[in-house]
Amino acid sequence: MRLTLKIWRQEAPGATGRMVGYQVDDADEDMSFLELLDVLNEKLILSGDEPVAFDHDCREGICGSCAMVINGEPHGPQKATTACQLHLRHFRDGETIVVEPWRAAAFPVVKDLVTDRSAFDRVIAAGGYISAPTGAAPDAHATPVPKANADRAFTAAACIGCGACVAACPNGSASLFLGAKITHLGELPQGRPEQDDRVVRMVEQHDAEGFGGCTNTGACTVSCPKEIPLDVISQLNRDYLHATTGSRRSA
Amino acid sequence: MVSLVPRTNGDAPTRRTPRPSSVQLKYVMAVSGAVMFLYLVAHMVGNLKIFFGAESLDLYAAWLRVVGAPALPEQTVLWLVRVVLLAAVVGHIVAATILARRASRARPVKYAHRSRVAGSYAARTMRWGGVIVALFIVYHILDLTTGTLNPNGVYGEVYANLVADFAPQRWYVTAFYVVSILALTLHLRHGLWSALQSLGRTRGGNLAALRATANVVAIALAAGFLVVPLSITFGLVS
Ligand code: HEM
Ligand code: SF4
Ligand code: FES
Repeated sequence: MRLTLKIWRQEAPGATGRMVGYQVDDADEDMSFLELLDVLNEKLILSGDEPVAFDHDCREGICGSCAMVINGEPHGPQKATTACQLHLRHFRDGETIVVEPWRAAAFPVVKDLVTDRSAFDRVIAAGGYISAPTGAAPDAHATPVPKANADRAFTAAACIGCGACVAACPNGSASLFLGAKITHLGELPQGRPEQDDRVVRMVEQHDAEGFGGCTNTGACTVSCPKEIPLDVISQLNRDYLHATTGSRRSA
Repeated sequence: MVSLVPRTNGDAPTRRTPRPSSVQLKYVMAVSGAVMFLYLVAHMVGNLKIFFGAESLDLYAAWLRVVGAPALPEQTVLWLVRVVLLAAVVGHIVAATILARRASRARPVKYAHRSRVAGSYAARTMRWGGVIVALFIVYHILDLTTGTLNPNGVYGEVYANLVADFAPQRWYVTAFYVVSILALTLHLRHGLWSALQSLGRTRGGNLAALRATANVVAIALAAGFLVVPLSITFGLVS
C-alpha cells in the first residue's frame, strides 16, 4: 500500500521543528506502525538523510516506549493498542498519516518524535514504591488479598507508563498515570503503610513537574493502551483527601 | 518506560511545587460548586410560586427577607446566604482561573492534526460556559434583585417585576435567559458528576449511573427555571 506520512522533525531540544511529508510506496498492511517508520528510515539513510528518531523497545506493547501521536490520537486510532502493536491494515491505501510527538511541557521533545519522559520517573521516585526489607522472600500466600482488591490492583498495575494519558489530556495532566500507581499500590496490603505519604508526595511532584490539573474530561482513558479506568483518579482524590484531613496525618 | 536523559535527583532542575496543589484546587471547585447548586435548587423551586399568583410569590419573597426573625434580626439569613454564595462564586472562579492557567502552561503546543473529540461537549466547554453563566449572574442581579435594569424595578414587587421583564415585546431578554440557562445546564451536566469524582466519591461500578443522574438533574433544573420566563413571554402568566 501507498502511504503519505507527515512527521514532526526537530533536530534538538528547544530547536524549532516542522512537519515534513514523506511518501512510502511499499508499505504492507501486515506491518506494524513502527515497521513502517523502519522502512522509511532505511530509505532516508540510503539517500543520505537523517532518519526519523522515535522511541521503541519491546515492540510488543509492554514497555511503554513507543510514544507518538498518530492522526491526533496518542498511539493511533486502534483502541487499547500501543503504536508498536498498531498494524497498517487499520489505515486506507493512499491515506495521509500525521505523526507528532507527545505534546506536554513536562515531556520536552529531545529529537523528532522522542520526548524526555523522566518526569514520570521522578513522580515514581517521590512515592510510587513500597518499602520492603530484603532477605528471604516471604511465602507468596503469606498475606491474603481479597479477590476484589487483587483484581482492582491488577487492572491499575497494567499501566506501562507510556504517557499517552498526558498527551491526550487538554490540561496536560498526568492524573490517570498517578491514579493508576496510587490504586495499584493502595489496593494491596503491602502498599497500605505508605498510602498517605505516597499520595501527598506524588501529587506534589506531579505538580512540580508542570503537569496540569484534572478536569475529568476523560480523554486519557480513551487513549490509554491499557484501558486504565477513570475511577483510579477518584481513588487518587479520595486518598489525598484522607491523607490531608483528619488527625491521622502521618509524618 | 525509558528515560532518555537519566538524571539523578541532584541534577533535576529545581522546581517550585505550586500551591495549592492541583487536587486541592479541585476540592475548592467541587465544594463551591455544590454550594451554588444547592442554592439553585432552592431558587428554582421558589420561582415556581409564580404559578400560584402574585400574592403567593410576593409573600414568599417578603418571607425570604425575614426568615429567622424574630430570633434573628430581619435579613440576617438573607445576608448569610448572600455571603456564603459570594464566597462560593469567588472561590469557584479563582480556582478555575489558576487551574486554567496551569493547564495552558502544561500544554503549550497544539497538535497539527486535530485530536479526535474525546470527552463530552459539556466537559470541553466548562471554562467558556462558566464565563457565560457568571456574566448572566451579574445581569440577573441588576435586573431582578436591584431592579436597575428592570422596566418595573420596584423592590418587593417580584411578580410585577417578572411580568414586566419577560413581556412578549422584550423577547430578547427571555432569549438571553434561555441561552444562559442552557449554558448552565451543560455546565452542570459535567460539573455534577465531576464534583463527586473530585471528592473521590465515584467508583467504576457507579460512574455510568452517576453521569446519567447528573444529566437528569441538570435537565430537570433547567426545565424548572425555563418555565417561568417562557410562560410570561408566551402569555400564560400575566
Ligand atoms: C429563568 C430563571 C430565573 C428566574 C426567573 C429568576 C428569578 C429571580 C428573582 C425574581 C430574584 C430576586 C428575588 C428577590 O428579590 O427576592 C432572583 C435573585 C437571584 N438569582 Fe435568579 N432567577 C433565575 C435563574 C437564576 C440562575 C440560573 C442563577 C445562578 C446561576 C440565579 C441566581 C440568582 C442570584 C445569585 C440572585 C440574588 C440573590 C440575592 O442576593 O438576593 N438565578 N432570581
Ligand atoms: S495510564 Fe495508560 S496512558 Fe497513562 S501512562 Fe499508564 S498506560 Fe500509559
Ligand atoms: S515498543 Fe514497547 S510498548 Fe511499544
